[in-house]
Amino acid sequence: MIKLIGLVPLFPLIGFLINGFFGKKIGKSVSGIIASVSILASFILSVLIFVELNGSEEKSHIVNLFSWINSGALQIPFEFLVDPLSSLFLLIITGIGFLIHIYSIGYMSHDEGFARFFTYLNLFVFFMLLLVLGNNYLIMFVGWEGVGLCSYLLIGFWFKNNAYNDAARKAFVMNRIGDLGFLLGIILVFITFGSISYNEVFLKAGTASTGVITTIALLLFVGAMGKSAQIPLYTWLPDAMAGPTPVSALIHAATMVTAGIYMIVRSNVFYSISEVASETVAIVGVVTALFAATIGLFQNDIKKILAYSTVSQLGLMFLALGVGAYSSAVFHVTTHAFFKALLFLGAGSVIHAMGGEQDIRKMGGLSGKIKITFMTMLMGTIAISGLPPFSGFFSKDEILAHTYEHSPLLWMFGSIASMLTAFYMFRLLFLTFFGKFRGTHEQEHHLHESPSSMTFPLIVLAILSVVGGLLGLPEFWHMPNWMSNNLESVIVRKNPSTLNHETEWMLMGIAVLAAAVTIYVAYIIYRQKKTIPLKEGDKMPGLQTVIYNKYYVDEFYDAVIRKPLDVLSVAFHKFFDIQIIDGLVNGVGSTVKTVGSGIRLLQQGNIGFYIISMVIGIVFIILLTFLI
Amino acid sequence: MINGISINYYLLLSAVLFIIGAVGVMARRNSIIIFMCIELMLNAVNLLLVSFSTLHNDASGQVFVFFIMAVAAAEVAVGLAILSMIYRNVKTIDTDVLSNLKN
Repeated sequence: MIKLIGLVPLFPLIGFLINGFFGKKIGKSVSGIIASVSILASFILSVLIFVELNGSEEKSHIVNLFSWINSGALQIPFEFLVDPLSSLFLLIITGIGFLIHIYSIGYMSHDEGFARFFTYLNLFVFFMLLLVLGNNYLIMFVGWEGVGLCSYLLIGFWFKNNAYNDAARKAFVMNRIGDLGFLLGIILVFITFGSISYNEVFLKAGTASTGVITTIALLLFVGAMGKSAQIPLYTWLPDAMAGPTPVSALIHAATMVTAGIYMIVRSNVFYSISEVASETVAIVGVVTALFAATIGLFQNDIKKILAYSTVSQLGLMFLALGVGAYSSAVFHVTTHAFFKALLFLGAGSVIHAMGGEQDIRKMGGLSGKIKITFMTMLMGTIAISGLPPFSGFFSKDEILAHTYEHSPLLWMFGSIASMLTAFYMFRLLFLTFFGKFRGTHEQEHHLHESPSSMTFPLIVLAILSVVGGLLGLPEFWHMPNWMSNNLESVIVRKNPSTLNHETEWMLMGIAVLAAAVTIYVAYIIYRQKKTIPLKEGDKMPGLQTVIYNKYYVDEFYDAVIRKPLDVLSVAFHKFFDIQIIDGLVNGVGSTVKTVGSGIRLLQQGNIGFYIISMVIGIVFIILLTFLI
Repeated sequence: MINGISINYYLLLSAVLFIIGAVGVMARRNSIIIFMCIELMLNAVNLLLVSFSTLHNDASGQVFVFFIMAVAAAEVAVGLAILSMIYRNVKTIDTDVLSNLKN
């Protein structure tokens, strides 16, 4: 079955081609079915491969599809790597991808770009599968760029709105910055090791000097910063919410943004050698987690809150990577994929019910009207807040425990970030589903539960969010931690917990208590006091204004990077373009014109004159050959 | 020596023919005469080829000349056709009169 791995990305590619070329002709229902079935086929195959891999002794299979680049020293075969890490990502991508395809059939049913949407979505899944399956950095890079392209296309899906186009471009440019780092990292890997295949590179990793390894690790991390929205390249992700909600769920929460995590886990050899790089990852991660969580506190757009929460959760995953808890990071990727996809799809269902309204100040009291959405969103919110026994509790606790082991200071910041998460998620929940309805009459009239194609994925994801924690039960409970056992063969530096049981219990207790207290505070503020966020233009206290405006980071980038670039471009335009380049081009033209108008006089139509000039010319050439 | 005559005489004859042709092309104004002079130059070269071919006992020069003559025949047909068309339209073949592309 593992030999058939090539088929897994092939199915979405076929779906993409059919929908791309014939999407408009075959009609909405057929195109939705083709897209979903192609992902389902990949999912079934992925499950079979996963089961087979789990049963076999050999944990790492390389499947050579064809020879790709053959150029002197540069030999790059097109190989797929099937190991516990990639097979787990296969399941997440195709499984959640399939659910979101089903959901999109309902969500996008009234959209005229229906077939185009599924075309992009299938293409995205194809590239994402390429990214995780490749056995060398170049295939990963192809997938990496491909998902970036699909993300761009889908953020700007409603291209008639210019603000959405701007958001798409912003995402693209921000990602390019990161990609440059990634590409330089790959080139450095090739220069250092003479190969970019994982198995060869990681075998030789010990032979290179630590300085080189640190440089490689940091360059790769720059790529991860861009794709996984870490400081300073995170600003594109909140704006990416311009895309349709299923896209936000699939690309900007569950799969694409975790590509950076995947890449670092895959390259964990480098990071375990380089202390500096690991520390950098941990610090950037924890700062991002805290920073984004505080911004999330005062946002009023339901999708923006979830976006900042995604940035914050990604920060936690990087924190885990930085402290060497690779399997915990992958565990959190998995549970986060469950509950964040659920939350986004739930938010989509709310937006659907509200007829396109995204402002939580205009919602309220929806719990009775859209029961399934409310119940599933509640599960997701509890899971992300880290209350036991929901999945988020286990993954977050594992990360925080490993962080505590590494440095109590980082642990403190991480814990604060996760407390803030609990606060703003329950703020979202209370404002949306409880209290009185604050929208218009038509909206209240329009309220309805979404069709079953949308509620079915919600229910499945809610179940997964609840039980997902079983994948990685804490070791000190004397239960099997499937996640870390499974990934054992992929990760070089093991770090079994050295904390004693009392400390582990204490950390767990603190985390739960902190989450419970924050939720209670949110309850008092938004349920008992019935506080509603201030309207646009109302006077806010100083610090809140700063946070509400996202710390003015966008404005800061604008002033520090965009404006000087603009000034420089104008200066270059005036000097280089107009004076030098235009002058050169126009000069060539006018010279030719002047010379031409002189020589034109020679051509007066007298054949005799032509022939004489020809003879003189020939004689001249002959003389020249004699002389030279 | 070819048939008791030095190669120099062949060369001389060829050169004289060529110069007559070249001067004719340059000096005359009648298109048909210019055309004949061009043929003369061509055949001066043919004569050279044939004489060297005989001198070196190598048949390829003569084969080459056959090709040139075949092509020249075709060229003459085309050239004369063009000239007759020009005459039909302009009623003259004087090159000084034919000095512009229009009319």
